[in-house]
Amino acid sequence: MNYLTGRLVTFPLVLLGVSLIVFIAIRLVPGDSITAMLGTEAGLLTPKQREALAAYFGIDQPWFIQYWRWLYDLFHGDLGVSVTYGRPVLDVILERFPLTLELALLSMIVALLVGVPAGVYAATHNEQPSDLGVRIIAMVGQSTPNFVLGLVIIYILSAGFGILPVMGTFTSIWQDPLTNLSQMILPAVTLGFAFAASVTRISRSAMLDILKDDYVRTARSKGASSRAVIWRHALPNALIPVVTLSGIEFSYLLGGAVIVEQIFALPGLGRLVLDAILQRDYALVQGTVLFIAFNVMVVNLLVDLAYATLDPRIRLGER
Amino acid sequence: MTALLSVSGLRVGFGRDPQNHEIVHGVSFDLAAGETLAVVGESGSGKSVTALSINRLIDFGGGRITGGSIVLQRTDGSSTDLAQADEAQLTRIRGAEISMIFQEPMTSLNPVLTIGTQIEESFRLHRGLTGRQAKAAARDALDRVRIPDAARRLKYNPNQLSGGMLQRVMIAIALACSPRILIADEPTTALDVTVQAQILALLAELKRETGMSMIFITHDIGLVAGIADKVMVMQAGEAVEQGELNQVLDDPQHAYTRHLLHAVPHFSSGRATRIDGQRGTSASTEPALKVDGLVVRFPVKGGLFGRATGAVHAVDGVDFDLLPGETLAIVGESGSGKSTTARAVLGLEQSTRGAFTIGKAAAAAEGVRPMQMVFQNPYASLNPRLTVQSILAEPVIASGGRTDARTLSRMTKLLARVGLTEDCLQRYPHEFSGGQRQRLCIARALMLNPSVVVLDEAVSALDVSVQADVLELLVDLQQEFKLAYLFISHDMAVVERIAHRIAVIYAGQIVEIGEAASVLAEPRHSYTRKLIAAVPAIDRRHETFEIDMRQVPSLVRPLGFEPQPADWQSFGPDHLARTEAPDGAKPLVTDDA
Amino acid sequence: MEQVRAIARHTSGRIGGAIVLVCLLAAALGALGWTPHDPLMQYRLDRLHAPNGTYWMGTDLFGRDVASRLMVGIGQSFTVAFFSVAFATLTGTVLGLAAAWLGRRWDGTLMRLMDMLMAFPAILLALLIIAIIGPGLWTSVIAIAVIYTPIFTRVVRGPALSLKEREFVDAARTFGSSQSYILSRHLLLNLVAPLTVQVTLALAWALLTEAGLSFLGLGTQPPTPSLGLMLSDSRNLMETAPWLMVFPGLAIMISILGFNLLGDALRDILDPKMRRSLA
Repeated sequence: MNYLTGRLVTFPLVLLGVSLIVFIAIRLVPGDSITAMLGTEAGLLTPKQREALAAYFGIDQPWFIQYWRWLYDLFHGDLGVSVTYGRPVLDVILERFPLTLELALLSMIVALLVGVPAGVYAATHNEQPSDLGVRIIAMVGQSTPNFVLGLVIIYILSAGFGILPVMGTFTSIWQDPLTNLSQMILPAVTLGFAFAASVTRISRSAMLDILKDDYVRTARSKGASSRAVIWRHALPNALIPVVTLSGIEFSYLLGGAVIVEQIFALPGLGRLVLDAILQRDYALVQGTVLFIAFNVMVVNLLVDLAYATLDPRIRLGER
Repeated sequence: MTALLSVSGLRVGFGRDPQNHEIVHGVSFDLAAGETLAVVGESGSGKSVTALSINRLIDFGGGRITGGSIVLQRTDGSSTDLAQADEAQLTRIRGAEISMIFQEPMTSLNPVLTIGTQIEESFRLHRGLTGRQAKAAARDALDRVRIPDAARRLKYNPNQLSGGMLQRVMIAIALACSPRILIADEPTTALDVTVQAQILALLAELKRETGMSMIFITHDIGLVAGIADKVMVMQAGEAVEQGELNQVLDDPQHAYTRHLLHAVPHFSSGRATRIDGQRGTSASTEPALKVDGLVVRFPVKGGLFGRATGAVHAVDGVDFDLLPGETLAIVGESGSGKSTTARAVLGLEQSTRGAFTIGKAAAAAEGVRPMQMVFQNPYASLNPRLTVQSILAEPVIASGGRTDARTLSRMTKLLARVGLTEDCLQRYPHEFSGGQRQRLCIARALMLNPSVVVLDEAVSALDVSVQADVLELLVDLQQEFKLAYLFISHDMAVVERIAHRIAVIYAGQIVEIGEAASVLAEPRHSYTRKLIAAVPAIDRRHETFEIDMRQVPSLVRPLGFEPQPADWQSFGPDHLARTEAPDGAKPLVTDDA
Repeated sequence: MEQVRAIARHTSGRIGGAIVLVCLLAAALGALGWTPHDPLMQYRLDRLHAPNGTYWMGTDLFGRDVASRLMVGIGQSFTVAFFSVAFATLTGTVLGLAAAWLGRRWDGTLMRLMDMLMAFPAILLALLIIAIIGPGLWTSVIAIAVIYTPIFTRVVRGPALSLKEREFVDAARTFGSSQSYILSRHLLLNLVAPLTVQVTLALAWALLTEAGLSFLGLGTQPPTPSLGLMLSDSRNLMETAPWLMVFPGLAIMISILGFNLLGDALRDILDPKMRRSLA
């Protein structure tokens, strides 16, 4: 079976599994959902009222029927209603999603624009002082948590220049691209820094290995210049592990930018989940987690597609 | 007349201190226009380093030229010392005046670029061709190396072509800009013998067409006979002998050349077969191993639900028997099913059908696993994290024994027997050379007193002179322990030295079987003839190769397909060959992958 | 011993090893209570005191000694990192070996399961687990272990699959060696080197994740000090008391750096061929 069809066939299966995990996880949260929904007021309910409510929400049914109903609603775009926002969960998510996506894309652009050239440069200057410099920066970069870097950036701006980054109300890129970018650039750099360090390290080591490969020697024996060897023959091969890494990091950014969103007060998906967990808004937690997981899987699929375009061996199902 | 290329006193070193880590110690030779120089040597002789120094690719492998000169007569009449040339000069020379092909065609082409793009690059670099012109030139280049259907093949990626095809592509790339010198570094070592013959024939033909000079690097002195004008023999970084082909082969001066010519197995059409232990001379007639109708098939799955749509008929009805003290060699090319046969006999591969009978004497004896195996790659068949003692103890432990004094004494005895000392026991595999490791593997196989040893390409990965020693050891052990060998090999010269009987296997079926001398001297099946004709041999040096473009047929068959029952023809007391269908009736499916 | 000497010869191994040892020492002293001051004691008169001879790294808003709190905090972080990685290594190794050895259906099912777990970004999975069992040190351990299990499963499965095809395993089969012998001697023993490298690098990531969780207030709960929380608390006092930010920040960064350097060195020493796989 072809590699890509294989991926496409298992995709819905894995998605179903993911939805089941989310469903079960939410049911494992202590306290029944009526209490969760009504908070302290739930204590005022009579047993009769409770039963009625349970029947209304369908939670008196066995779990698989509940799951089936939930799935059915899911397919119709109904992720339930958020208690804290009093609005459909999907609306709340879609309102926050553009910011998260933009932040992730910006960070990735920063990382690839810095990381790939830096990695190639270091590999082609192997063991020289400039290579050592790049390696040290990349090592430190990879070891710096983004929240530490974020705080340092804010500290330098406020203590050194007396500027506070624009926080609070978020402007969409469609409304005012400049204001939007001025809000986004610092978080994007914060997130992109460690990402860039990883990209640098992986493209350097991939490049170093590939420069030893037989086909690079062939290219040189044809009379290709060093520049042509690097950019034409080696780089396309070195990009394969970079794509893997970018996929993993991008998925992380889709849901894991919580802390940076927190520091820079950006209303993204990560903070939405965090707040929802703190406020016990389980419909929202469930919907957001599923939404993010779905996106991660789409990203993984795109990464596989990127592999297939980059490497014909994968396209033909050899690996 | 001045030489086209003149190398004198070439010294090459490696690492940070190249002077003190010298691999090549002052090699000199001349190459005239249109001449072929063969450089012969074993691994570590510095032959490849010398080759890579000529176009200075050695710079990228950590080497430095520390002395000597490499003077090339340029196309424009000037001359350049390549040892002193700068990188800009060299990139203009590489590919345009000096080209190179390498040992591993599978890894020598960029996996992510189409072969068309890779051929066009040469024209782009040196001829300034682009777009449609480059494409047309690339197609012509592929035509020139006799690749059928060139226009379509240009769009292929390297992984879609076989090793032989890829080596042709490499030649097309190398010869794209009509260089005056082609350096071929072991270009056929990784290929099957019939494919090797095709590539050699192609090189000879292209040389005639273009009048280029060639430097041909090889470990196999038998191979140079058909193509070289001059020979240079290298050992430990020095050229120990050089001269005209006939002079070096017929009247070698240096001891090492004589060693390469005489101590090393060379194919001689059945005249060097064994004379000891022939069938019928021994008292025992009960086979140590008898195989009846062995069939191994692997399902081919397709479609969305992974249902079997056909089967690879890897082994399709193989029968043979093997007497104690006898060697049966199974000979064939890659994909013929010879290794699968061996693996199935040992139970490493599930056989679809067929019966094995193991000699009664062996089966009855206690604590004996009657069959053992020695694998091709001595580096991969020993666990790198275990000491020699643990490695040798494994078969004993597996059959319920313990590492006690008796086991230890057997270990030291066997180690001594295969030519290793007792102090090896506490050492790890990486401390041994390839030949020593293969000796360890043999000792391990003998730990349990087997009656049959399966040797799967057991000497193929070894250097030629080590090969000879290990073969000799195998013969001695066979006589001493009355071992029956099932010897799987692609190498006719090696087989000639060790086999009593030979079975030629093609597309999963035995096509010819019988006494070794008879099969090698008078092959009856067309495939056996083709195989033997392809083997390079010193005494057939003046015969010319013919190009046979036929490919190995596909072994994939539809579900439920059964082959025709074999129809054998007898050619003597112990020599059978399969009757062939008249030409054209045979379904020869050509398959590139 | 030979490996230790090899690490000492390797530049980044030397630096990384030294950093890890110093951090371990600080953590050990913190755990034994041998800190300069009581980490919980509030010296009300010395609130927000800048670093000096008494308070090496200053005091916080409540007048607690930052240096002492840092030592205990490092201990907390290391505890979480070690236990979570140990757990993930164990389960990952078992699952990865099982997938590789049993093959076919088992392999497919197990790996799809791991795919499912990997569809959740690390922090998200941690948040989900914390939502179920409530925040705390052991919750962090479980959360990080769950995040790392699929990664270790993959790290083990890949090499195990290729080891399974190696000729020494074929040889073992022809001797009739038992499955447990093949699994332990031929597979596991050869996996020790790549696993050691992965474990070291995973420790760095675990420290990072732990610090992130406690930064959000979801890790070790107050009053027990934790590096992430100390850093988080410093945010509002950044301009008046920068030391509150600098020292915990540096501690987190340097301990992660230590493991990263050590991991790099180990990779060079033990497993030079692994470089092209994920950094």
